[in-house]
Amino acid sequence: MPAYILGRLAAAIPTLLLVSVFIFLLVHLAPGDPALLIAGDNASPAQVDQIRERLHLDQSLPAQFVIWFSNAIQLDLGASVYSGKPVTVLIAQRIEPTFMLAAYTMVLTVLVAIPLGTIAAWRANGLVDRTIMAFSVAGFSVPVFVTSYLLVYLFAVKLRWFPVQGYKPLSDGIGATLVSLTLPSIALMLVFAALIARVTRAAVLEVLQENFVRTLKAKGMSTGRILVLHVLKTAGVPIVTVIGIGFAALIGGVVVTESVFNIPGIGRLTVDAIVRRDYPVVQGIILFFSVTLILINLMVDLSYALFDPRVRG
Amino acid sequence: MTAIMEQSEKPVHASETRLLFGEGVRFLKAHREVTIVLLMLVAMALVGVFAPLLAGDPMAINPAMRYRPPSAEHWLGTDKLGRDVYARLIYGTRNSMTVGFAVAGITTVIGVAIGVYAGFFSIGGAIVMRLNDAMMSIPAVLLAIALASLMEQGLAAVIVAITVPEIPRMVRVVRALVLGIRRQPYLAAAVSIGTRGLPLVFRHVLPNMLGPVLVQATYACASAVITSAVLAFLGVGVSPDIPSWGGMMAAAKSMFRLHPELMLYPGLALSLLVLLVNILGDRLSDAVDPRKARRGIL
Repeated sequence: MPAYILGRLAAAIPTLLLVSVFIFLLVHLAPGDPALLIAGDNASPAQVDQIRERLHLDQSLPAQFVIWFSNAIQLDLGASVYSGKPVTVLIAQRIEPTFMLAAYTMVLTVLVAIPLGTIAAWRANGLVDRTIMAFSVAGFSVPVFVTSYLLVYLFAVKLRWFPVQGYKPLSDGIGATLVSLTLPSIALMLVFAALIARVTRAAVLEVLQENFVRTLKAKGMSTGRILVLHVLKTAGVPIVTVIGIGFAALIGGVVVTESVFNIPGIGRLTVDAIVRRDYPVVQGIILFFSVTLILINLMVDLSYALFDPRVRG
Repeated sequence: MTAIMEQSEKPVHASETRLLFGEGVRFLKAHREVTIVLLMLVAMALVGVFAPLLAGDPMAINPAMRYRPPSAEHWLGTDKLGRDVYARLIYGTRNSMTVGFAVAGITTVIGVAIGVYAGFFSIGGAIVMRLNDAMMSIPAVLLAIALASLMEQGLAAVIVAITVPEIPRMVRVVRALVLGIRRQPYLAAAVSIGTRGLPLVFRHVLPNMLGPVLVQATYACASAVITSAVLAFLGVGVSPDIPSWGGMMAAAKSMFRLHPELMLYPGLALSLLVLLVNILGDRLSDAVDPRKARRGIL
């Protein structure tokens, strides 16, 4: 078991390093001189040179990468070109709404998708299965901003159950936060749940073919017990895997949803930074989300040990 | 000898493309709904191609005619700049179809080339797959947004920005397929009579992975249509004057409470296109892997 954890950790390191190289090159190979951009139109050539020196833009690309990377692992991602604030501070300020939105969506998704996927597999090819799967195809075909506006129109403009947009911070009480995030979380959940329900169905269907299921059935165990205690646990690995994979889509969705609902999170920070061509912030956010994704997938790998005793070795 | 004794999938040879075509016709006959979906997609593609014949100027601004209801002149009314909503919807079809097809096509060609390489060369393949995993750790939509914002505005930039994060997924699928095909007896047979290099790839490897690659290409197409709408909606990559469904929704944002229909039309068109492409992909995937249609015991 410790060997497995260490192995997984070791495998994540080269990925992390490669991702940093990609993100570094992404911004540094872009056309245009960042120093000119930061200095503005009225700057003298001397001022531009000064900025170039301060940002180490006068050095070679590999040297710049080493400086950027060693700063990044010390949590120094540079400063915003627009506000001058450190990128880490900007991200930290905006992390609460984004984290709450992602966590709320995740909880809703698991509560909706896993039962539906299991029922669909249990009633495979029947009416219930077909209905659930039809909704699932529709779920990830309708883009998240389309569902967002449909939900806003129905539940905020017409029924007035939820606010049209905005975010209430946790300092206002968790109840207020959850109310303000309900519509965005449902919109995001619909896309995410569609994916997870399908994989749950496929995984459960696979396990239902196993001989041990027939044995349990024959010895008189109730269908509910078989499904929840035995089948779902055995089907856990692919389900957890797809939750990890789906997280990448969730991050993309968060960027869009925050724009629609005017939530002051990292997604909005991304869009603002891109509109302002604030490259250090863009770079920092992509690195932040990529690291998050790598850590989530690491956790997914480690959770296999929970479902599959063979992994524990 | 044991390799030949193993149960083998029925191989497809490149000279049998006519046979493959016949297979396609039989598949369509057995799945009527796929024919309907395909016809609807062709219809939408034709709408895109013949947009200039179907609608007037989608860019014409008329400040005196803002937010007009539907009329004989403007079938779906006008938007906040007095532009014809119907014309923008029609031209938006052209935009979405172009991005969808271009991304699917480019992703397939590049993804298959890299994937086949990674499947045949163990050391080079391992390096490619490490890079591939790293690419896939960057959230696709975020990468597309960043790439589009770094390039000069325009359709080409949008297509490139969406294609780059899409390629690693294709590479992963193709490499897995190649590894499977390499274990098949028909490949061993082909190698034993001296076929190697590109002829081997074109005659024996590519024809046998056509189905799953097509499935992945349809998913790439669907995801490209959505991502391009996201880019336009966020105002990244293309000028808001260019008619696109995402751009129409961004423009409808400010007056959403008074004119929700301006949000509804492009939203419906977008959802319909993605839905059709996804249904096509699902049915193809069922046809390629019939095991998915099995029944459970409970």
